[in-house]
Amino acid sequence: MKSPARPAQLLRLVAALALTGSIVGCFSNRQNEGARLYESHCSSCHGTQGEGLKRLIPPLAGADYLLKNRAALACLVRKGQKGQIIVNGVDYNQVMPPADSHLTDSQITNILNFVQTSWGNAGEVFTIREVSEQLRGCGGSDGR
Amino acid sequence: MISSAFCRLLPVGLLALGSIFLLPACSDNQAETAQVLPYIGERDVRPRPDGGPADTIFASIPSFTLTNQDGQTITNQTFAGKVYVADFFFATCPSICPKMQGEMLRVYEKFKANPQVLFLSHTIDPAHDSIPVLRDYAQRLGIENASRWHFATAPHDTIFALAPRYMTAAQKDSEVPGGYAHSGAFALIDSERHIRGVYDGTEKEQIDKLIQDLPVLLREEAEKQKKAQ
Ligand code: HEC
Repeated sequence: MKSPARPAQLLRLVAALALTGSIVGCFSNRQNEGARLYESHCSSCHGTQGEGLKRLIPPLAGADYLLKNRAALACLVRKGQKGQIIVNGVDYNQVMPPADSHLTDSQITNILNFVQTSWGNAGEVFTIREVSEQLRGCGGSDGR
Repeated sequence: MISSAFCRLLPVGLLALGSIFLLPACSDNQAETAQVLPYIGERDVRPRPDGGPADTIFASIPSFTLTNQDGQTITNQTFAGKVYVADFFFATCPSICPKMQGEMLRVYEKFKANPQVLFLSHTIDPAHDSIPVLRDYAQRLGIENASRWHFATAPHDTIFALAPRYMTAAQKDSEVPGGYAHSGAFALIDSERHIRGVYDGTEKEQIDKLIQDLPVLLREEAEKQKKAQ
């Protein structure tokens, strides 16, 4: 066994760890916010792995809908969705309510980017500008 | 003696804690004490007129008449001699129902080969959830017919009087998304209409517990039948 580290060394080590921790935290913040918001706003229906539920709730993992309707996704999250839709060849016909608490444009961006890059999805990510643009189309942008 | 009492009480504690980590502590003793599920709900102790040991009357599910997704009338008789898992939901529920029904489906999948186990989901929005709506919902969930899993409706007051008897809170509330406040409780009912477990249908760990508890109850039922013969 090595001799125990001296207090000064220890301090430096702790400081270094804290620093890397906070830097990593900073870089992954966006992704984390998307994941957190997905968990609180979407996962109860679409599942923690975006798997959906049988023919009641469509999946988000591997969903062709995301590709085909990219330009409508921000408004779908803001306003909800009802009526028949086809995802991966399966028809769904339930109600997705609008998000239960207000989401800013940037929060919607982070959620969508989480969806676009999780569970094997490799969709093109969104910029906030693009999302705000989409949301203006349905009167749902708050410019934040 | 103390440890056997502890083991018998443990399921109650576990239920409250929602914890499964303590379980291994009990399994050591399983060989000597057959594990028995607790009776849940209020109980009444009635002294016997002949002065013998008092009878304990456990809370039980009242008589009911409902209609299922195939348009058939169902009553307590439909569940006679079986055990069943009951919950309350509605088809357009925006909050906890998809998760609940997903968990219920998980239990169903585990026990679908066993005709002793039935399922009963009551709608708390009978005005919207007509029989065709319930049938469509069930089929979308992959339940082709009502032979094992009933999606049931009844007049509003009937449903709302029944919910608390299954230890589920349900009420109209325009403040919450979807218009109804309700808890996602699953109740496990034995062949004598007694509640033997209540689980939060939105918590995977609690439903794992239900999946473990069901065989315990089925064993008890099998023994009861043997004795009755
Ligand atoms: C209350 C359940 C519920 C919640 C919560 C919910 N959705 Fe949905 N979602 C649905 C249903 C149901 C549909 C299909 C609606 C239909 O049949 O028209 C859907 C459809 C979708 C679709 C289009 C179809 C697909 O699978 O690609 C996307 C994208 C989507 N939801 C994303 C989200 C995101 C992101 C969130 C969180 C902000 C979310 N949903 C929250 C139920 C929900």
